[in-house]
Amino acid sequence: MMKNRDNRLTLLLLIPVILVLIAYVLYPSLRTFFESLQKDGSITFGNYQDFFTQASKTNLEALWNSVYISLLSVLASALIGIPLAFVFNRYDFPGRSFFSTAAIMPIVLPSLVGVMAFMFLYGETGLVPNAIKDLFGLEKVPFKIGGISGILVVHAYTMYVYFYMTVSSAIHKIDPSLEEAAYNLGASKSKVFWKVTFPLLTPAIVAASLLVFMISMASFSAPFLLAGGFRVLSLQIYFSKINGDMEIAATQSVILSIVSISFLLFMRWYQNRKDYRMASKGIGAHRSEVKNPFIKWTMVMIGMVGVIILLLPHFTILLLSLVPDGTWTWQTYPTIFNFENYRLLFEDPNILKPLKNSLLLSVIATAGNLVFGVLTSYLLVKRKFVGKSLVDILVMIPWALPATVIGMNLVFAFNEPSIFTFGNILVGTFWILPLAYFIRHIPLIVRSTNAVLEQLDDSIEEASRSLGAKWFYTFRKVILPIIMPGVLSGTLLAFVESVGEFPTSVLLYTISNRPISIEIMNQLRMANMGQAAAYGMIQIVIIAVVLFISNKFFGVKAEQSLS
Amino acid sequence: MASIKLENVQKAFGNVIAVDHLDLHIKDGEFFTFLGPSGCGKTTTLRMIAGFYYPTKGLVRFGEKDMTRVPPEKRNTGMVFQNYALFPHMTVFENVAFGLKVRKIPVNEVKTRVQDVLHKVRLEKYTDRQVSQLSGGQQQRVALARALVIEPQILLLDEPLSNLDAKLRDEMRSEILRLQQEYKITTIYVTHDQAEALSMSDRIAVFNFGECHQVGTPTEIYNTPTNDFVARFIGEINLLSIKVDRADEEKVHVSLLDGSEHFVVHNHPFHIALEGKKEQLALSIRPEAIKVLDNYMKGPNIFKGTIMDVEFFGSVINLNVKINKLVLQVNLLNDHRSSNFKEGTDVYVQLPEDQIRIIPMVSGDVT
Ligand SMILES: Nc1ncnc2c1ncn2[C@@H]1O[C@H](COP(=O)(O)OP(=O)(O)O)[C@@H](O)[C@H]1O
Ligand SMILES: [Mg+2]
Repeated sequence: MMKNRDNRLTLLLLIPVILVLIAYVLYPSLRTFFESLQKDGSITFGNYQDFFTQASKTNLEALWNSVYISLLSVLASALIGIPLAFVFNRYDFPGRSFFSTAAIMPIVLPSLVGVMAFMFLYGETGLVPNAIKDLFGLEKVPFKIGGISGILVVHAYTMYVYFYMTVSSAIHKIDPSLEEAAYNLGASKSKVFWKVTFPLLTPAIVAASLLVFMISMASFSAPFLLAGGFRVLSLQIYFSKINGDMEIAATQSVILSIVSISFLLFMRWYQNRKDYRMASKGIGAHRSEVKNPFIKWTMVMIGMVGVIILLLPHFTILLLSLVPDGTWTWQTYPTIFNFENYRLLFEDPNILKPLKNSLLLSVIATAGNLVFGVLTSYLLVKRKFVGKSLVDILVMIPWALPATVIGMNLVFAFNEPSIFTFGNILVGTFWILPLAYFIRHIPLIVRSTNAVLEQLDDSIEEASRSLGAKWFYTFRKVILPIIMPGVLSGTLLAFVESVGEFPTSVLLYTISNRPISIEIMNQLRMANMGQAAAYGMIQIVIIAVVLFISNKFFGVKAEQSLS
Repeated sequence: MASIKLENVQKAFGNVIAVDHLDLHIKDGEFFTFLGPSGCGKTTTLRMIAGFYYPTKGLVRFGEKDMTRVPPEKRNTGMVFQNYALFPHMTVFENVAFGLKVRKIPVNEVKTRVQDVLHKVRLEKYTDRQVSQLSGGQQQRVALARALVIEPQILLLDEPLSNLDAKLRDEMRSEILRLQQEYKITTIYVTHDQAEALSMSDRIAVFNFGECHQVGTPTEIYNTPTNDFVARFIGEINLLSIKVDRADEEKVHVSLLDGSEHFVVHNHPFHIALEGKKEQLALSIRPEAIKVLDNYMKGPNIFKGTIMDVEFFGSVINLNVKINKLVLQVNLLNDHRSSNFKEGTDVYVQLPEDQIRIIPMVSGDVT
């Protein structure tokens, strides 16, 4: 029923997309699954049986811990994020807009750097507990984070933003006349909140909860640095791989993926349910000004303290990066500050190498993402073909899979020659990392491009063709220029995430292509805090600059990187 | 420039048949309108002519040339979309020049041709504006200029005025007509607005549910509709279900289905549309054709009735007159008699036998 010529074109564009998805998304996942069925040279479910019945129960414990810590993370993030969203969207007080911008600062910290900052701040030898100890002349540090409390604090710090953002936007969409109508009908304040406002926010809260749950299940950097003896599943996969228990690593990967994907499916189902959010047009919530001076200034005070807590990690990284390595050993606080670490970074080619690597790897991966993402998204949004929902699912798989699993998938698929790598072994070469970053960020770019393409009316393309332009000319001169700003913003976010990527890097790096995150890990192992912090600072600056550019020139809000 | 022929065209989308049994011959230089309610297949037909859809069955010809499977970019048609579809990243000039650049016309010629057409649509002052900075009417003109500048064989307009407010719509209506006459270009105009269709077109095709019911000039369509759908879609009309009692050389005698109320009609094709003989027939008469008499007169088709309500529109007065079980709508010009008409007043009305038309009913029952 469609035109032959156009069908042929669709097919032509579709072939590379499908090949890439099969070769680098589907095949590696299947390889892992296949590996998990291998035991003692035969194909069985033995590994799964072992997983659940093993005497030491380490695996079960890790699974349980992952679920448990994810539930706690959801709770903690919700308790911070939801009230904040209310305060910033419903009340006006001095500094409100500054505070609400600061509230999203955790996202400019790459996960590993954030965890490192928390370690220095609140860990055993952390600056804060020690400062309190000295201030009050205590015998021991009053508190320290580590193990489960450490992971939880870091999760709450980074993940409350999801609650804050989704609930804020939901509050924004509530038509104030609904609440006014309820007041008008004689309802009390608390009644209006529980019977009108809260039910309208439920979909947003549920969506954020599921998202945070999935992200904490997949979380790797926090347990990696803070877990101590505490076992979580994502980390167990890494240990199994290091110990060479590949079949066990595969089994753990499959089980972790199943948990993640079930949550993803649940989330999709929930979001597709007909809900009663109304499409009333942008009246926006009214903010009431806080009049009572006591409450007003208390809010400002709390806001300031909040901002300090939020920015302390960034500040700590900056501070530590100024402490030359070897000058802060037995002292409680560092005493010497200078630019030694930065000087070394730019003068010692060995120390500069990881920065160069990171940039090169990310540029390659992101360029791939850009081309692949635009093509795939164009096909998904503007073309008709059989099996579209299948392509859609394949595209979303890397989003559902924890990063550790994606890393393992690549290990299993490409540690031997395969037709998809033209008979080469990719594991242990330079190319495995850009490939991993590329796969990780397929969903991000396709989705952000989908959003702009859906805005683009089909008649624009038709107008061009009726004026005599062929498809490719139309694509280059009309479609691409129109969608470019939106596409670039997604691309820049992918770039930023690639620069900070840790879990796949740690599974796949080699000495020669080691990126910044890996070098941070190495420097920490050698107790070179200063150098590690300097690398962290570089990452933060790259991220901040890129977000600033995309905000300034493409009108992208940093928070979009979260959706 | 070219004539267009659609030969037994059908277009199906899966199970939905959007257009069926379509035969049209649009003459060279004609202003031809597709008129019909929303969803009747107008856009689908237009898009088959533009090449965005290929017919499931049948042929599309420009002149004698078979264009059925030619892709849109090779048809040399100029299309104006309902939402204008201007390229948002280009200026007015770049939008209009697009089709010329595609055709690799030398830069100098592009310049003069674009300026020429922008002059014709009275936008020469806006050449370097971004299109987003223009008003709706101006965007519409850019869309027209962009379609005209490539000197297309055929100009296709899909509800071009539906996004404009009433005043601009009148202005653009005459603008489009002026341009069409200036370029003498075969034009197909899609609309669901009968007033637009009647006032602009050389000929109109009336569509419903994917079928073309009638093709004709505006007067033909209005005065001699082929069936009740066309009659009701264009203008207002009184329709009475009737049966034929007897017919002779000169007159046809009809009465309501229950045998009451006799009417006499001229036996002439102008007054009797005999398409399929199986359908239920209806007597049709336009509200302005009914006469209200000052005094009782003897004669055919004169009835006594009571005014049920009066609507005053300034130049026109609308009466609903009840005659036994029937209610007829009557439109009168506002002359000094009008103050005589009050609710409850008894009047005599005449349905002149040269104003009545018997037509088949294709779209279900009425009164
Ligand atoms: N691309 C399409 N796919 C499926 N059905 C369509 C498509 N385009 C139009 N239709 C259907 O064909 C019929 C005619 O549509 P259209 O030509 O757009 O009507 P009009 O322009 O007269 O309002 C409608 O029932 C519509 O739902
Ligand atoms: Mg239409």
